[in-house]
Amino acid sequence: MIKRSFFKSSYLPYLLILPQVLITLTFFYWPALQGLIQSFHLSDPFGLQSRFVWFYNYIELFTDPLYLKSIFITIVFSISVASVSLGLGLFLATMANRALKAKPLVRTMLIWPYAVAPAISGIMWLFLLHPSYGVVALGIKRWLGINWNPVLNGADAMAMITMAAAWKQISYNFVFFVAGLQAIPKSLIEAAAIDGASPLRRFWTITFPLLSPTFFFLSVMNIIYSFFETFGVIHTVTQGGPGGSTNILVYKVYQDGFVGLNLGSSSAQSVVLMSLIIFITFLQFRFVEKKVQYTG
Amino acid sequence: MKLRRLLICTVVALGLAMPAGVFAKPVTIEWWHAMRSARGKVVDHMIEEFNASQTEYKVVGTNKGNYDETMNAGVAAFRSKKQPHILQVFEVGTQTMMLSGAVYPVYKLMADAGYNIDWSNYLQAVLSYYMNADGNLMSMPFNSSTPIMYYNVSMFEKAGIAPLSKTEPITWDQLGEITKKLVEAGIAPAGMVTAWQSWTQIENYSAIHNLPFASKANGYKGLDCELQINNPKVLNHIERLKTWTKDKRFMYGGQKYQGPKSEFLSQSAAFYIDSISGIAKLKSAVKDFKWDAAPLPVESWMTKPQNSIIGGASLWVLKGHTKKEYKGVAAFLKFLSSNEMQEYWHKETGYFPITLTAYNDLKSKGYYKENPLQEVGITQLNRAIPTEISRGLRVGYFVQIRNIINEELELVWNGSKTPKEALDEAVKRSNDQLRTFEKTYK
Repeated sequence: MIKRSFFKSSYLPYLLILPQVLITLTFFYWPALQGLIQSFHLSDPFGLQSRFVWFYNYIELFTDPLYLKSIFITIVFSISVASVSLGLGLFLATMANRALKAKPLVRTMLIWPYAVAPAISGIMWLFLLHPSYGVVALGIKRWLGINWNPVLNGADAMAMITMAAAWKQISYNFVFFVAGLQAIPKSLIEAAAIDGASPLRRFWTITFPLLSPTFFFLSVMNIIYSFFETFGVIHTVTQGGPGGSTNILVYKVYQDGFVGLNLGSSSAQSVVLMSLIIFITFLQFRFVEKKVQYTG
Repeated sequence: MKLRRLLICTVVALGLAMPAGVFAKPVTIEWWHAMRSARGKVVDHMIEEFNASQTEYKVVGTNKGNYDETMNAGVAAFRSKKQPHILQVFEVGTQTMMLSGAVYPVYKLMADAGYNIDWSNYLQAVLSYYMNADGNLMSMPFNSSTPIMYYNVSMFEKAGIAPLSKTEPITWDQLGEITKKLVEAGIAPAGMVTAWQSWTQIENYSAIHNLPFASKANGYKGLDCELQINNPKVLNHIERLKTWTKDKRFMYGGQKYQGPKSEFLSQSAAFYIDSISGIAKLKSAVKDFKWDAAPLPVESWMTKPQNSIIGGASLWVLKGHTKKEYKGVAAFLKFLSSNEMQEYWHKETGYFPITLTAYNDLKSKGYYKENPLQEVGITQLNRAIPTEISRGLRVGYFVQIRNIINEELELVWNGSKTPKEALDEAVKRSNDQLRTFEKTYK
């Protein structure tokens, strides 16, 4: 028999979820609706003049080749950030999960970067990689012979912000992977080891499948992170440049809406951005989640 | 009945008015500005002086962050009817403010408050940036700057080049020769860098050479204006800079001031074009070399160069307050433009004084003899009467347009586009922005 508590009164459960519903309505649905309405208007920022223009803002957006380029840049950027931070996070977690002497210390040190704000992380990477005064940049130029210049070269700038954005996310992923690894029964791995499976084989056939729920969760979180929270990195390091090569969608929304005060267009961009992220998350759940093995 | 009611009303009114008259609380005037740190302190001091000079009004200044944040705070406050009396807005927001219908034009405010101001006593190149098409002042200029050219004197000495004049601009050809000499001799790693490239290399270049930035008198005469920066002369200038990048006579140091300035500070570049507000920063930052400033270079065919144009911000008076409060606003604006305040402001921040009397007064006191750097910008700004083209720019979505120009220029510097392609594309993209802006206000 399943033990389950139930409520006799019919209104109590509604009353209990009411605060949550109210908060969601006020702070999410209401602004989102306002944004949707605004996206069909051309209006003066002070709100004294406003015109309903149907899909004008959307048409302008999708006929602008640079907006389409910005979508492409965003996707490239978020995939790179997610793969770098997931890959390195997983690698470091597996390494730190082994029988090391200073295990707690290593773990703590690896978690630290997560406490750094993206803007600060951006500035630090800029200090390392700036073509004129960056220590690492001078090294790249001298020893690798690469003409490194993120101020002018779009690909270099992209590499720089990807590093800055991924760097701090590695720690976040690390925490979850370590937790996931600890939940894997040692007996399974030991049994495989006795059967003569190599460490790599053990990882791919036992550890990784058992980690797949964590991996899936993190991939969703990382994509969302790279879409929205990387704003600080872009703002402090490249401001979308050079030549618009790092102008990701969320930065463009800020530039056009907050600085440029074109509320209609930036609302339309927000709507597109939201639809895009919903679509990507949907894809992830639809196709990737099938391969995830939930235990228990 | 009626009489009695009238009597009661009178008594009540008197009763209310009396204590108010006796214990008059000063009328509060809210001023939201974007001046922080050192400049913020200067602003606070000016407010204190005003509050101490009279008892009727009390100005409260609040810093609302940087320019964008301040403007957004003003917009949000206006929408919820909690707007301040005075809002400081950067120059690119001028067109938006002017068309918003939310402002009380300054010329009107001053006239309504009974001040008869002789506007001809103001620096015309500053004033004209904030005038409407009929020549009426819409907002009070506050902090105004203009770009000048800083250069490394120590490098000049090494190469045996005579220092530049502070009043007579050199030509771009001369700049090309000097930078060539410095770079070829290995004295300077690169010739020149520039901050705010759209402002210095396109907007100011156009104004100085009397070339239209946009049609309809740079947008002053109509929202249906179009950008014209792909004209042969500007194109020639950008092509020249592009060729200069090949032999390092010009180096691109990034969009904002941080990049180019650090190139100049680390002696990676001999010339550095930036706003006059950089004087104070360079004074405190440069320790290991001598530097000086000169006016921006001019083309050899331009025998009588025009004034450069300003950047900075102005004070807008917002609608929706009482007459009495506006009297206080007017009194405060009048106070700010007094000689004493203008001289203090100029000395402390390096921004221009806005009246000629303040400028002449400083001159007669010998201030510019002691601080010759401060006069470079002001001479460049006052060397000619502004024409319809050099008085300023009045285009909508100027922030977006500057971004577009920045992007396209970067594509020139990194070799993705030819100067012609980039400028044509910049014009095309900017015109799209201008059409959207026009549609909003039709």
